[in-house]
Amino acid sequence: MSVTPHLPPIAMLGQKTIADMVASGRRLDGRGLTDYRPLSIETGKIEKANGSAMVHLGKTKILVGIKVEAGQPFPDTPNEGVLTVNAELAPLASPLFEAGPPSENAIELSRVVDRGIRESKAIDVKKLCIKEGEKVFVVYDDVYVLDHDGNLIDACSIASLAALLTAKMLDYEYKDGKVIYKSKLSALPIQNNPVAVTLAKIGNNLVVDPTLEEEQVMSARLTVTTEKNGKICAMQKGGMGELSPQEIKDAVKISLEKGAEIRNKIIEAAK
Amino acid sequence: MTEQVQNKQLVSPGELLCEGDYLVGENTFRDVDKVYSSQVGVVDFSEKRVSVIRIKGPYLPRPDDLVIGRIVDILMSGWLVDIHAPYPALLPASEVSSQTGRQVSDLSTILRVGDLVISKVLEFDRTRDPLITAQGPGLGRVSTGKTVEISSAKIPRLIGRNGSMVDLLKKETRSHILVGQNGIVLVSSESPEGERAAISVIKMIEREAHTQGLTDRVKALFEKEAK
Amino acid sequence: MIELNFLHSEKDLIDKDGKRIDGRGLYDLRPLKLDVGLLDKAEGSAYIEHGKNRILAAVYGPREAHPKHIALPHRAVVRCRYHMAPFSVDERKSPAPSRREHEISKVIREALDPAIMSEYYPRATIDVFIEVLQSDGGSRCAGITAASLALADAGIPMKGLVAACAVGKISGKIALDLSDAEDKQGEADLPVAYMPRNDRITLIQMDGILTQEEFEEGLSLAVNACKDIHNRQQEALKEKYLKIKKEVEVEPKMAGGN
Repeated sequence: MSVTPHLPPIAMLGQKTIADMVASGRRLDGRGLTDYRPLSIETGKIEKANGSAMVHLGKTKILVGIKVEAGQPFPDTPNEGVLTVNAELAPLASPLFEAGPPSENAIELSRVVDRGIRESKAIDVKKLCIKEGEKVFVVYDDVYVLDHDGNLIDACSIASLAALLTAKMLDYEYKDGKVIYKSKLSALPIQNNPVAVTLAKIGNNLVVDPTLEEEQVMSARLTVTTEKNGKICAMQKGGMGELSPQEIKDAVKISLEKGAEIRNKIIEAAK
Repeated sequence: MTEQVQNKQLVSPGELLCEGDYLVGENTFRDVDKVYSSQVGVVDFSEKRVSVIRIKGPYLPRPDDLVIGRIVDILMSGWLVDIHAPYPALLPASEVSSQTGRQVSDLSTILRVGDLVISKVLEFDRTRDPLITAQGPGLGRVSTGKTVEISSAKIPRLIGRNGSMVDLLKKETRSHILVGQNGIVLVSSESPEGERAAISVIKMIEREAHTQGLTDRVKALFEKEAK
Repeated sequence: MIELNFLHSEKDLIDKDGKRIDGRGLYDLRPLKLDVGLLDKAEGSAYIEHGKNRILAAVYGPREAHPKHIALPHRAVVRCRYHMAPFSVDERKSPAPSRREHEISKVIREALDPAIMSEYYPRATIDVFIEVLQSDGGSRCAGITAASLALADAGIPMKGLVAACAVGKISGKIALDLSDAEDKQGEADLPVAYMPRNDRITLIQMDGILTQEEFEEGLSLAVNACKDIHNRQQEALKEKYLKIKKEVEVEPKMAGGN
């Protein structure tokens, strides 16, 4: 059951300042309405993971670890590998997060990031089949939010893609129902680069990459995930406000443009 | 009586400061004949007292402190205010000036959730949450300006001896600057540049509060700007 | 790159030259790196790299107790959560807390509590979160080392810093700071948390078999290592502020130029 959240009240004065500034085309940190905060991507820091990426988007910090392990396929897709995305809103990341089972926010975050990867067929899951109907590789995309200053969806999707692009798995042999690993490493079969772009509606304007403060002021948000061929592969509206059809179309245009910029940065970082 | 560290040195929790008959000042504690620091900060030996000026730490309200807080809830007889302390503060309806002697059915017509309010601490002890008042000159709801949050430990440095530092800032940036003991500073100016300059210098003071020569550097900054 | 653990055969933990699998001597500590104040939202934070351990510690508080009934009238409640990321170990672990994580959360809380001057904040809570991003033996000790720094970074008054390190027995010999591989094949594991300020141990656990002499040898080895780690903690706390001091405090100019 989902319940209207009890959000900590923020200062009215601050709200008004942000709204006024946005109406005149500027934001509190000096950015334009469609500017992303400084983005840094560092891969490979967690050696025990098959792949990992640490992303700083402004002050938001995300760590993704990819683990690839042999497991069972789903009955309806016996020759396809499995992708599972799990996001944790670690209590250390924000006074708003509590320890415990995943909240609806953590679950939504996991599923939106998952949707982008899955629908764009970013992972060629057929190449992860070991023995049809018996054994496939399971790709675990574990997303850790370590510091929450807004726009977790975009930051988590950037970190997931960077980690997937740089992940390595061992070559193997399948004998008598056992997977025997050899010593050669290869990349995961990644064939697309989905990028999520989130816009927040503040007053009558849409701003890209909202900070935590802006998220507390916004009436609604829209995430549009696009893939390398310019198609939309996922979309999610969040928040208790409303969006007009034109606003959504405008958001899609902005997402395609900013998505391409971010895509290039991720590919660069994954080299 | 022996000092184990130099005056004005940066010390950490558990670090031995001195041995002997020293008076134990703030952020230090005694164990038999030795005095230690309980915080990260700068040690200050003056006369026979040793204290540590801490760099960071929670704000504990004291009676008469001026604080800037945010209304977070409306209760039966007043408001709950977040004053950035480990405890929320209670602002009774009777302590807001428009209410003396009148019955009000809806407190939210006076102060709403999210409003910023300048208040004074009336009472605080370890057994109850702090009690604050918004009655008095200069107290009450805030309607303009920007707030800056800094560590409450740096407030004395921002104010300066007899207010010298904050007065310098007010004059040079032509701004109204109200300093809350709880680390919230309210800045408002007719010139947006003045406001920006004030906020930037406040942040600089927070960053460099533990260093020597800060006052001179702030003065030099303004002299350079004037040229 | 992934750990090629499955490819190691059962190597000797100590070779003929007295060197361990990773080239260390019996009494050598693994490389240690400490970073304080790196998170924006937490009141205090610290990050430690100890060998291959990568651990983040953060402190929130003192803050209002939620739910109210856990509050204590005479001191702050200290809450501690030790948690391992699913990708932190060789075989992916479920994100749900295990019984091991619950036990470790408790012993870590009991290791840090003696150092915290909790009587200053009655009816409030001080929350300590330890997230293990990568684990390679001795993670509870590294977590304690980082958590002490996070508490100090938050400005919570403390009677001293707590440093922690484990010793163990491998191939019949007492050794310092076992890695995961050594722990798995070793004969004993002894984690210790120590507060140098007043020479007190705040955590000690043991599993395995040790004679009394071996235990005493191990304990003294651990305590000395904790003293070294404690020096590094103090440096790490001051580093940021010393850097700013150096940056802005210049030598006064000589009068008259030249």
